[in-house]
Amino acid sequence: MENLINIKIIDYGMGNIQSVKNAFELLNGKVEIISGPSDIKNADGIILPGVGAFSNAIKNLKERKLIEPLKEAVIDQKVPLLGICLGMQLLADNSEEGGNNEGLSFIAGKICKIPYMQGYRLPHVGWNDVAVKKKEPLFRNIIDKGSFYFVHSYRFECDDEFVVATTNYGQNINAVVRKENVFGVQFHPERSQRKGLHLLANFVNYIKGTKI
Amino acid sequence: MLKKRLIACLLMKDDLIVQSIGFNRYLPIGNPKFPLEFLNKWDVDEIVLLDISAYKQKRKLNLKILEILSKSCFVPLTVGGGITSVDDVQKYIRSGADKVSINSSAINNSKLITQIANIFGSQCVVVSMDCKLDKDGIYRIYKDSGKIPTNLVASEWAKEAESLGAGEIFLNSIDRDGSKIGYDNNLIKEITETVSIPIIACGGVGDFSHFASGIIKGGASAVAAGNIFHYIEHSTIIAKMNLLQSGVDIRMDSEATYKGREFDKNGRLMMMSREDLSKVEFTRGKENII
Repeated sequence: MENLINIKIIDYGMGNIQSVKNAFELLNGKVEIISGPSDIKNADGIILPGVGAFSNAIKNLKERKLIEPLKEAVIDQKVPLLGICLGMQLLADNSEEGGNNEGLSFIAGKICKIPYMQGYRLPHVGWNDVAVKKKEPLFRNIIDKGSFYFVHSYRFECDDEFVVATTNYGQNINAVVRKENVFGVQFHPERSQRKGLHLLANFVNYIKGTKI
Repeated sequence: MLKKRLIACLLMKDDLIVQSIGFNRYLPIGNPKFPLEFLNKWDVDEIVLLDISAYKQKRKLNLKILEILSKSCFVPLTVGGGITSVDDVQKYIRSGADKVSINSSAINNSKLITQIANIFGSQCVVVSMDCKLDKDGIYRIYKDSGKIPTNLVASEWAKEAESLGAGEIFLNSIDRDGSKIGYDNNLIKEITETVSIPIIACGGVGDFSHFASGIIKGGASAVAAGNIFHYIEHSTIIAKMNLLQSGVDIRMDSEATYKGREFDKNGRLMMMSREDLSKVEFTRGKENII
């Protein structure tokens, strides 16, 4: 088949990789779940999924010796990367979840617990509207306001220059961040029905664009 | 704003989807693949798949079925039934679940809630509670598919589950299950006022107008039902239009919305008048990937 790109989903023992794989299979047809350092080579796009606790995630990435090859691919070779939920939070410098833990430092920022506010139950679970701040490839042809499925208790705090979209839950929460070839989404596009699949399709197209 | 959620609950017994009446009578619907595909296309916000015979038969949910179902599911999928260890959770998630629901095993071994939360995060643990109003006017928890009474008071158990790390509570009323008279709003209110994690209300929905009360009167973050979604075309979309017309903020992304249409007092879609029908224009909808 023509035009198929190599999408690789990083499996570090956590998270709903099967659902992420299902979505990309539908959109691209060629997607591989990888769990070893050598497998990252020749990826056209990398997906960092994740459900769970930050400290465990970073520990697993270390144990599987995935951090160095990830940095090499993303920083040196500029391979597009999409972090989903916990995968997005891993992109930050550090997180206060489960003690103080260092992240991948792909996008300057830190992960903090969402402060509790009266009337706003935590975790932040459910479909919430996303307000797009910047015209970005991920939101191509998706109408400005759309709801996506969130489920998290921590949020990504970073400089406005990296913020692509936010959501509001009594307070603003960064929903999408980007720095060059690194994208992070706090919600779960693989479980956000049509709009989510649309966003993932946009990411696939973005990868194709970088290959030309 | 965060939307309220409409959740479809699919009960699986011996690998078939069933309707449940009072936790003791079951009507077969059939192959799980079809209801899941339909609901997924009809704008449902989440799907909960429960294997109601697994725990009692000391087996796990059929992972092959889960894998197949997960492939056509693009909304969050919570799976329950037969989970007794962290290892089980790992297997369910590997097969395509996003969250797990635990009930009897959480009562028998409450540490399990914390163990799952520590590894997969709180958002992954839904504690399901089957409650019944006892003669002394106190809601208590029943286990093993609502058959065995426990001494646990519903509100206290909810509080404990929250402090142990539960991310959500799936609150089911045994009295109302299959009764078609609506949610037990007193129960829902009691629990939503006790804990600060989201509550999913379930049990008793008999017509589409019942959903809104669980949210407006009970204070639930999500409303769930099982039986009503079978045998009715666009069932979840019609439920959502009812919710929207009652003033509940809920996601509506579908092409068919029934906006502006009238519903009867039971929330059923009314037929259009001959005159209105003659004005309807049929246009081809956009092609959707799902």
